[in-house]
Amino acid sequence: MADLRCSIAGIDSINPFWLASAPPTDKYINVVRAFEAGWAGVVWKTLGEDPPVINVASRYGALYGSNRGVIGFNNIELISDRPLEVNLREIAQIRKEWPDRVIIGSMMAPVDERAWKDLAIRIAGAGVHGIELNLGCPHGMCERDMGSAIGQVPEMIEQTTRWVREAVDIPVFTKLTPNITDILWSAEAAKAGGADAISLINTVNSVISVDLDAMAPNPVVDGKGTHGGYCGAAVKPIALHMVAEIARSPETQGIDISAIGGIENWRDAAEFIALGANALQVCTAAMLYGFRIVDDMIDGLSSYMDSKGYKTIEDFRGLAIRNTVNWNDLNMNFDTKAVIDQEACIECGRCHIACEDAAHQAIKFDVSPEGKRTFTVIDQECVGCNLCAIICPVPNCIEMRPVETDLPYLTWPDHPKNPLGGSQ
Amino acid sequence: MTLHSRKDDCAAASAHQDATLFFDDLHKPLTDLMAVKEADHCLYCYDAPCIKACPTSIDIPTFIHQIRTGNVTGSARTILSENIMGGTCARACPTEVLCEQACVHNLAETKPVEIGLLQRYATDHLMAKGGPHPFQRAVETGRHLAVIGAGPAGLSFAHRAAMLGHRVSVYEARSKPGGLNEYGLAAYKMVNNFAAREVEFLLGIGGIDIMYDQPLGGVLTLNDMRLQHDAVFIGVGLGGVNDLGLEGEDKDGITDAIDFIEQVRQSDDPSRIKLGQHIIVIGGGNTAIDAAVQSKQLGAENVTLVYRRGESQMGATGFEVDLARRNGVKVVLWSKPVAVQGVQAVTALTFERTQLVDGRLTGTGDSYDIACDRVLKAIGQKFDGAGLLALDTSYGKLTVTDDYQTSVTGVFAGGDCIATGEDLTVQAVEDGKQAALFVDSWLQNN
Ligand SMILES: Cc1cc2nc3c(=O)[nH]c(=O)nc-3n(C[C@H](O)[C@H](O)[C@H](O)COP(=O)(O)OP(=O)(O)OC[C@H]3O[C@@H](n4cnc5c(N)ncnc54)[C@H](O)[C@@H]3O)c2cc1C
Ligand SMILES: Cc1cc2nc3c(=O)[nH]c(=O)nc-3n(C[C@H](O)[C@H](O)[C@H](O)COP(=O)(O)O)c2cc1C
Ligand code: SF4
Repeated sequence: MADLRCSIAGIDSINPFWLASAPPTDKYINVVRAFEAGWAGVVWKTLGEDPPVINVASRYGALYGSNRGVIGFNNIELISDRPLEVNLREIAQIRKEWPDRVIIGSMMAPVDERAWKDLAIRIAGAGVHGIELNLGCPHGMCERDMGSAIGQVPEMIEQTTRWVREAVDIPVFTKLTPNITDILWSAEAAKAGGADAISLINTVNSVISVDLDAMAPNPVVDGKGTHGGYCGAAVKPIALHMVAEIARSPETQGIDISAIGGIENWRDAAEFIALGANALQVCTAAMLYGFRIVDDMIDGLSSYMDSKGYKTIEDFRGLAIRNTVNWNDLNMNFDTKAVIDQEACIECGRCHIACEDAAHQAIKFDVSPEGKRTFTVIDQECVGCNLCAIICPVPNCIEMRPVETDLPYLTWPDHPKNPLGGSQ
Repeated sequence: MTLHSRKDDCAAASAHQDATLFFDDLHKPLTDLMAVKEADHCLYCYDAPCIKACPTSIDIPTFIHQIRTGNVTGSARTILSENIMGGTCARACPTEVLCEQACVHNLAETKPVEIGLLQRYATDHLMAKGGPHPFQRAVETGRHLAVIGAGPAGLSFAHRAAMLGHRVSVYEARSKPGGLNEYGLAAYKMVNNFAAREVEFLLGIGGIDIMYDQPLGGVLTLNDMRLQHDAVFIGVGLGGVNDLGLEGEDKDGITDAIDFIEQVRQSDDPSRIKLGQHIIVIGGGNTAIDAAVQSKQLGAENVTLVYRRGESQMGATGFEVDLARRNGVKVVLWSKPVAVQGVQAVTALTFERTQLVDGRLTGTGDSYDIACDRVLKAIGQKFDGAGLLALDTSYGKLTVTDDYQTSVTGVFAGGDCIATGEDLTVQAVEDGKQAALFVDSWLQNN
């Protein structure tokens, strides 16, 4: 059995799976249930100054995939709507009852040094392992100049991080918003402010859907709607990219990363770890399926590690970073062709029409006199785009097979056809 | 499949309480959830094999995709644009040998998509919703067409012709429309008076009049019909039935299965039908299966279906034979009736065992009796040429060209009564539709 213990910002964790700051970490009963289920830690639902905020009804919307599976989720909720005192009392109690589990206190405050420092000190007093700055909420709170209103301005990220860093002597996590142009500016600012770790991503600004009867964005609140925060499986690619950029940038590499965004299973978790994440946070998947999903996250990750011979998370953490490069560093001489396994083919024709209409007319369609439909790749036309392999409903029926060549590794900057240079 | 009265979903049913109210659906209709799940199972194939396997070429991947996107009315329109009796076909088609057999999931050894049930889901949705007829008539052409027979072939012809702007008069021998949809399909396929509701829906296009109790052959002659109309379409089906050719075949208790089924379909209270307790059904097609299953469901103690060849030679599909067995019907193969026992009423049939010798069916000389008080003959129907003697026939049915033209100019035919007839509702609908399209272009030059 692989060892799933990990460490982030100097905090030890029995496994890398934490619940992100959100409704599942809103109060005593949820957090206790999460720990009973096997989650290693929680980032408590974001705390603000009293009086607590008031939420509206309704609050959530969803993007569905097939079989009513939720692939994207959005919300217009604010931060914790319970008194600070109640939250801190519950945190202190659980810290006592669950000594081997991690609790991070998430917070936000108006851009005012005293406000940030006072709140951070009070939360630290409840016994949390660390403080996470919520600089990402892209709805509601930003209209009060908090959340993403701070996270979209690098100077303010640095400033608020520094205030908290100065106020407490426990690890500080700065949680970033993806609603920016370049995540590195935010990450560099957090690092400059003294963050021990970066958490990302918070939700993506979104209108999840439009109610065509009410003629208003969902979720509809008395006939009107507003933009909300988008999360769930659909945002994982955005998060992976941002984590990768921070992990490979010379300015930010080496900083601890608590990866968040669309993690639903062990495979998602392993991908983030491969791109350098030290630990993981999950929100939507727990909201959609309950805390029990952590079972397979733990089991699946450890089976995967066993199968690869990785004994600890550190054994494979960041292994994909060095292979994440700029487009200009890719080998232009590499070629790959689609190969259709005729035995496995079920003759649906999806590859043909996809390639015919949207790619390179590289899949021939023949019908025998007996009606057997055969699909064959025309190698000369195939550009190796993957489209057919992606849409084929039969797993592994279409393989992308690299073409053997003796050609050297050749990048675009060195390419003879590059008008801006290249070695002629 | 229990025998009880159904009260739900009778909204559009007429005051007429027919037998089908006593039978439960053979296949339960899909709920919204089941429909979306099943639709998701469809791979949305390109140039899909299922389309080719459907005699009416319904664009199946598109209509299923429309269910998936929540455009169920559009889905029904996609179906009905190729097959105006898509509702009956969804209930009566042997999909296991048509569209669903062609589903690529069979190659993947995963379950084929339940195309029939999805088709029913969409068409039921549209019919339950009501509202205007989903298709519009083209500008009136001033042409007037006659249709003989208001079965699936005749009505499909009438609908398409009306849609193309022609005026259509349908002459029907009986007092109700629908042909075998109304009188022949098994009660458990057509619950809640569906046949009548569908005809009402179909007539919503406008431009079609049906004249009941107007058989061709008496006062009405084909010649008059031809003179009074711009073209005539014949969709009379198969009016006659085959005999066993045995002495004593007229004894009490021996009847045609079709007559029995019609009695069941038309009865206000099928449980009162005088049936008998020990029933022999002779034949291997779907009429035989339907008669056997309905007998059993009506409470007959023993129902034995006897067929002269093996199971693989049966006209009924594997699903249908299983259906009979699941309903407690005993299936006896390789036996043919050779004598009728009984004085006034039948008391037993004598069978001779059969075998194939050099590909020919021959008796073995070995015989045995099965006691019975009722025999239902389901050994095939035949064309009844009354009133149609002017038309050429081949293989005992009307001869037509690929354009559904009979030997008399301006007279067209389709459905069970033509030589290429398939004995399937869906084929009759296709014949009617195609014939209307051909007649339409024929009329441009005539
Ligand atoms: C018992 C039974 C069960 C069946 N089950 C199925 C099934 O489950 N699935 C399936 O796909 N197919 C089934 N079939 C076959 C299917 O019913 C036929 O293929 C289909 O009905 C043929 O349509 P049609 O319009 O050609 O003829 P019909 O349905 O026979 O309609 C002919 C119409 O013409 C009228 N008519 C006849 N003679 C005259 C005349 N001289 N003048 C005026 N009107 C006339 C008749 O009254 C009738 O209304 C079954 C058939 C039978 C007998
Ligand atoms: C393969 C691919 C290539 C694209 N290339 C371009 C592009 O060159 N220019 C552009 O403005 N958008 C490009 N897009 C983005 C699309 O125009 C579109 O904005 C995006 O895919 C979102 O729409 P959709 O997912 O609903 O199709 C591309 C998208 C794809 C999938
Ligand atoms: S990889 Fe792309 S170009 Fe090649 S056959 Fe597949 S779809 Fe066509």
